[in-house]
Amino acid sequence: MEPLLELKNISHAYHTRGGETTALSNLSFQVFPGEFLALIGPSGCGKTTVLSIIAGLIPAESGEVLFKGKPMPKQNKELGYMLQKDQLFEWRSIYRNVTLGLELQKKKDPESLFRVKKMLQEYGLEPFANAKPSELSGGMRQRAALIRTLAVDPELLLLDEPFSALDYQTRLSVCDDIASIIKKENKTAILVTHDLSEAISVADRVIVLSSRPATVRRIVPISVSIPDRTPMRTRNAPEFKDYFNLLWKELNRHE
Amino acid sequence: MNKGSSLQEAYLSRLEKQRRKIMAARILLALAFFLLWETAADKNWIDSFFFSSPSRLASLFLSMWRDGSLFLHVGITLTETLISFALVVFIGLAVSLLLWLSDSVFQVLEPYLVILNSLPKSALAPLLIVWLGANQRTIIVAGISVAIFGTILNLYTGFTETSREKIRLIYTLHGTKKDALIKVVLPSTVPMIISIMKVNIGLCLVGVVIGEFIGARNGLGYLIIYGSQVFQLDLVILSILILCLMAMLLYGGVTAAEKLYHRRQHA
Repeated sequence: MEPLLELKNISHAYHTRGGETTALSNLSFQVFPGEFLALIGPSGCGKTTVLSIIAGLIPAESGEVLFKGKPMPKQNKELGYMLQKDQLFEWRSIYRNVTLGLELQKKKDPESLFRVKKMLQEYGLEPFANAKPSELSGGMRQRAALIRTLAVDPELLLLDEPFSALDYQTRLSVCDDIASIIKKENKTAILVTHDLSEAISVADRVIVLSSRPATVRRIVPISVSIPDRTPMRTRNAPEFKDYFNLLWKELNRHE
Repeated sequence: MNKGSSLQEAYLSRLEKQRRKIMAARILLALAFFLLWETAADKNWIDSFFFSSPSRLASLFLSMWRDGSLFLHVGITLTETLISFALVVFIGLAVSLLLWLSDSVFQVLEPYLVILNSLPKSALAPLLIVWLGANQRTIIVAGISVAIFGTILNLYTGFTETSREKIRLIYTLHGTKKDALIKVVLPSTVPMIISIMKVNIGLCLVGVVIGEFIGARNGLGYLIIYGSQVFQLDLVILSILILCLMAMLLYGGVTAAEKLYHRRQHA
């Protein structure tokens, strides 16, 4: 199968007056269509930088990003990016927040609006369409942020620790929600997280990054013997703790 | 929210009582001041030629009301202030947005803006008269000059303090810098813009009065200078009191606009 996205020998450094910080060094991996990939690594290892480079928000200093076998276009509308915090605009209603992407890309056609409406309905936000973001709970806000990302119908979703701002209980259920929404909408996704159990519970493959400068340390495919896999059920799978131990060792290995 | 409970009603009535007490105290303070002033002038504790008195001010006020000169002077000062305020809002927003769009332009201009902002604008007034002539245009420019530099600096700071993450969101949705400006920076800074304007309307009044001191034949600033030159201190003090009232009303106007904006936000 041809990968949807491929990173080839990506290296990147940040420059300040005080000096140069190498964030990524020779990073290479592939993402296949329909796959849910998790990227884990010690904090500050440059995980967000990887997503920013894929999204074209910052150009990589060297290396290649290929999308469907071709160099990644500068503004790829097939990419959706979900940030750490929901960043809903308080001066807009939920409906006007989730249609922001369509508005920016001038795609407010009946078909897209219908898709948004259906998602609001399906994910329990329709009664709040005219509400202000402050009237919603943390979990609902995060779902609204996901609908905003999905509204423009991207093929590949980049998720930058989207649950880290939530409290533990909400985090588990929102993670469950969002992973199943992404599965249902048939999207490919890359999730950046520092939470091992979150990574195992949602991902088909987990990529372990080394500490800075980040490079791929190990790729661990996750397969659990559980029917109708959801993040919540995966946490109860017998294999879960083995994967956890494996990834834990991998993260804490010092060369 | 539960509106019906009796405890809630008791709480609300306590709040209302407190509000009325404060209002009453404010009015009493003013009354006491004027009463003391009048008594002091009446009993010759102070010389009412220099210090005037509420009754002398009232009769002057009435005579100016009757001959219409009151409306002429107040109207002129008010118009000049409003025109310079409108121009400050417009020029301030335009310039600070341009600076926001180009960081290097801001870096080049910053020291000059800071110097101009700290310069006492009354020092410019004589120059303005010579350059622009003794006319209303000069007075409006004087009004603008007091408020404009601070406005530009404050607005620019407000714009740059807009959450970087919110702007990043616009870029992740493939928006442009113009989108970031229109969809994030401007709407998120409206409350800040209004609070800067609250200060500015007063500053414009200051500038206009400075302008009228030197280059006018009408307006409250002119009345103050004229009154002091002919030793008619009643006129000077009355004009100052009217200026106080005017400043209060102008500030109240901007506050009302602010309230209207908030009500629309929460509608």
